[in-house]
Amino acid sequence: MQFESFSSFLAMGGYAFYVWMSFAVTFGAMLLLAVGSYRQHKVLLKSVVAEQARQSRIKRARAKTADISPE
Amino acid sequence: MSALLIGIAQRDLRIAFQQKSELVQPLMFLLMVVTLFPLGVSPSPDTLQRIGPGVIWIAAILSSLLGLERLFRDDFNDGSLEQYTLSGVPLSAIAAVKVLVHWLVSFVPLLILSPLLALFLNLTLPMYIALLLTLLVGTPLLSLIGAIAVALTIGLQRGGVLLALLLIPVFIPLLIFATSAVDSAALQLPYYPQLAIIGAMLLLALALAPFAIAYSLKVSQN
Amino acid sequence: MWKWLHPYAKTENAYQLCLTLQPWLWVGALACLLIGSVWGLAFAPQDYQQGDSFRIIYIHVPSAILSMSTYVAMAVAALVGMVWQWRTAYMAMIAMAPVGAVMTFIALFTGAAWGKPMWGAWWVWDARLTSELILLFLYIGVIALYGTFEDKQQGGKAAGIMALVGVINVPIIHYSVEWWNTLHQGATISKFDNPSIAPEMLWPLLVNLLGFALFIAAVTTVRLRNEIIVREMHRPWVVKLAQKGEK
Repeated sequence: MQFESFSSFLAMGGYAFYVWMSFAVTFGAMLLLAVGSYRQHKVLLKSVVAEQARQSRIKRARAKTADISPE
Repeated sequence: MSALLIGIAQRDLRIAFQQKSELVQPLMFLLMVVTLFPLGVSPSPDTLQRIGPGVIWIAAILSSLLGLERLFRDDFNDGSLEQYTLSGVPLSAIAAVKVLVHWLVSFVPLLILSPLLALFLNLTLPMYIALLLTLLVGTPLLSLIGAIAVALTIGLQRGGVLLALLLIPVFIPLLIFATSAVDSAALQLPYYPQLAIIGAMLLLALALAPFAIAYSLKVSQN
Repeated sequence: MWKWLHPYAKTENAYQLCLTLQPWLWVGALACLLIGSVWGLAFAPQDYQQGDSFRIIYIHVPSAILSMSTYVAMAVAALVGMVWQWRTAYMAMIAMAPVGAVMTFIALFTGAAWGKPMWGAWWVWDARLTSELILLFLYIGVIALYGTFEDKQQGGKAAGIMALVGVINVPIIHYSVEWWNTLHQGATISKFDNPSIAPEMLWPLLVNLLGFALFIAAVTTVRLRNEIIVREMHRPWVVKLAQKGEK
């Protein structure tokens, strides 16, 4: 350990603001990227299911009109 | 094959001179951008001489972005590009001819206009000669690399700003070497190394760009 | 020699591969980042000139190096896609682009935060920072080009060409900017004036470099899966997967 106490570790030899801000922004940006990618995954799965439901609704509606129209 | 290429060159030249306003407008834009700098920064001759080369090159790059779209847009919209693809002549050769014509009609007038710009910005004669040389070697590079991006964005409705976004970062080395050549000329130093580097970039682009343009056009036509 | 790669040209296989790799990549990335950062922050010796502010190196240098190599990786993927007509390679390229852009942003931000105490200004037109900024522009160009295309298949190819044009330019930009910089301000102190860095300072840096690389790989697998779903929306296996995921 390079620092005598925890408070001197936090102080970073007077550069606390720059060092901790850099680390916070870095890991914040990385976290946002990862979380965003996983959230996008969920949204996409939902949209695939919705699209599939829409397609089958269209198919059903077509089948129904096909039943009626020859009469 | 050569008959077709010459035909394309003649046709493009004729169209360019028929649509004179499209030729003149980017030049007027260039002139106006250059005029803004003495008004916005400082009219003192020393300052102008210092920023002059950079200003002229930046204005040239910006105005070239305005005229680039014309390169393939009409041919793409009226279907002649598809005819070229089917003609059996390599698309890269046709692209090279079109780029050459584009350079002739859009950058040669710029070279003719350049003495006026040099006067406006108080460049000395050695500086002006260096500027002319960099423009002569550098502007074909603008046309060649610009044509790749035009070929990529041709099928898009909103291509205008995108084109600038794609091209400006790629043109940065050219800007650096060209302005530094003129700066060296101002200090009476040799500027051949910078010119040689621009020439090397031009040769590289000359070798690779026609194929990249042809491939991009094929992607755009899908 | 490259035969083993071929099955992964099929999107379904690539998707499965991503799923298998993902947990290992995440575990490795988290472990390396944790070890490297704690080691760098608390145990690495102080720099005799820069004090504790040099500890920003442990995130600045890995992100800067990897922002460049991610761009190169994108270009390689684009080339593979072009030569062998692999759609999956284009998808991988697109998956990498935002990750690389975030790395570039991190390198720029930490560079500025390091520059403030060292140079007294948040932004100095230093060669490395400037070429990093131009790299960010190149990333933005590729992402913007892809985003404008309605047809993602076509957009992937177009973005691939742009990535290749960019990668030819990256070294030219790097050297031109470096040369421009020495021309205009030869007197600024370079951050790495002393190239021989002490080993007890270097080890945490290497661990963090590995951690960042694994993180990039992990996020890329997630984004590649997303990209595959977007493009293969109507394939039965994607539909089945989505329905399973919903329940």
